[in-house]
Amino acid sequence: MNILQPIGRTALVVCALAGRLANFAASALINTVQPPFYWRAVLQQLLRMGYYSLPVVGLTALFTGGVLALQIYIGSSRFNAENFVANIVALGITRELGPVLAGLMVAGRVSASIAAEIGTMRVTEQIDALTTLSTNPVKYLIVPRVVAAIICLPLLVAVADIIGILGGFLVATQSLDFNPSVYIRSTIDFIEVGDVTSGLIKAAVFGFIIALMGCFNGYYSEGGAQGVGRATTNAVVSASIFILASNYFMTTIFFSE
Amino acid sequence: MNDYKIELSGVSKSFGDKHVLQGLTLNIPTGSSVVVIGGSGTGKSVMLKSILGIVKPDAGSIRIDRQDVTKLSGKDRSKVLSKIGMLFQGAALFDSLPVWQNVSFGLIQGQGVKRKEAREVAIEMLAKVGLGKDVASLSPAELSGGMQKRVGLARAIATHPEIIFFDEPTTGLDPIMADVINDLIVERVQELGATTLSITHDMASARKIADYIAMIYHGKIVWAGAASDIDNSGNEVVDQFIHGRADGPIEIDIKR
Ligand SMILES: Nc1ncnc2c1ncn2[C@@H]1O[C@H](COP(=O)(O)OP(=O)(O)OP(=O)(O)O)[C@@H](O)[C@H]1O
Ligand SMILES: [Mg+2]
Repeated sequence: MNILQPIGRTALVVCALAGRLANFAASALINTVQPPFYWRAVLQQLLRMGYYSLPVVGLTALFTGGVLALQIYIGSSRFNAENFVANIVALGITRELGPVLAGLMVAGRVSASIAAEIGTMRVTEQIDALTTLSTNPVKYLIVPRVVAAIICLPLLVAVADIIGILGGFLVATQSLDFNPSVYIRSTIDFIEVGDVTSGLIKAAVFGFIIALMGCFNGYYSEGGAQGVGRATTNAVVSASIFILASNYFMTTIFFSE
Repeated sequence: MNDYKIELSGVSKSFGDKHVLQGLTLNIPTGSSVVVIGGSGTGKSVMLKSILGIVKPDAGSIRIDRQDVTKLSGKDRSKVLSKIGMLFQGAALFDSLPVWQNVSFGLIQGQGVKRKEAREVAIEMLAKVGLGKDVASLSPAELSGGMQKRVGLARAIATHPEIIFFDEPTTGLDPIMADVINDLIVERVQELGATTLSITHDMASARKIADYIAMIYHGKIVWAGAASDIDNSGNEVVDQFIHGRADGPIEIDIKR
């Protein structure tokens, strides 16, 4: 009997949490399509999330593209398939590594800062103050962040795709002696629209996850500075896990002919 | 006469096994200033938050203008809230916004006032709480605790609400500034006809602003009456509190 007790208790806690998260996500989405809208807040968030994430995302993509080219070259030269380096780099970046790595990097940056900001507002009663000033905190705080993240992430991933492929190109042409025009030609000939769009759709979903986990953990944080710290950690960890898991499922849906 | 703006009856609230409010009953006459006094941690702030709907009471009813507000949500709730201004104990200023936008937040977001006009109103309100124009564009983090409190006060009154709650309006202020704030509260009630509910430990302030005083103890109102009767309450708990004596019926757990 005593073994079942903790299992049952944990199950209840997990179910309650899942329910609360689903509720929160639903109310965020419903409020997105109901006025009033806070455009100023959306623009501010776009700048903070999108523009200031560019360096991080760009560097990640550059080095990932480079290392990908290097490894594929080493691997494929074992059976004289070096010609495929350009194709596989393009495919790997646009379909998987661009969206996933950009998503994870932005999760670290943005989820954490959202959770810290909203969590601090919660524990200092600023969220309560919003309600007393007839402002719905979900509309004023959550919706702008969710909307901004859903817009930002695809744009960031588009940039990551280009820079990632550029990284592969630089390594291939500078240290592996590929012919630049042949490399570009085989990238362009091989890549399909679906490869890019599937990555961008994934990115939009990751954007939603990033903002949602940041907001959710911040919104329900309690217990002062320590609680905010816990919310921040939980936001990053849960956003990362949801990104990786949802990526797997989206890949199976998109590429399962 | 039965003209009450706010009626709390049998309000109870527990956090885990900590029973904070235990059947609290309090009626606040329209256009009067009621002050609630009571020891630290006795649930005064929780009482205010229950009226605002920030805390959901476990039992009891709370009525504002004869409308039960404990079960409201969405539009109905924000309609009721738009009648109320609140000064939080910790000021609760929005630290992402400059001072003037904090003060005029309710005007800009709630009433759709233009920003330029709202700024002017904000500066006017800041002047009422003894803060100059130069403070308007600072961020809340750049202010002292007492200044933050006064900005919170300016924010609470900026929309000219019918009901205003002040959670410890004078703590953290020097005696002179405290008296300026007391006058401001009295003015709200006498000139603008607002109904106010204040919480304080400062008996000088309570005597000055209150029409009625209520004492909260063990989650209930143990005494309520006209402010002038506070010295002849005949209640030991009240006597001990207003004279600040360490011994009496109120027990304070201190290990000696
Ligand atoms: N959100 C909460 N969760 C758990 N306990 C709480 C919560 N809010 C208040 N309490 C508890 O309720 C009790 C009353 O708190 P409250 O803030 O109302 O005190 P107070 O009378 O305003 O005291 P003070 O004069 O020091 O401000 C305290 O013991 C506090 O620990
Ligand atoms: Mg309090």
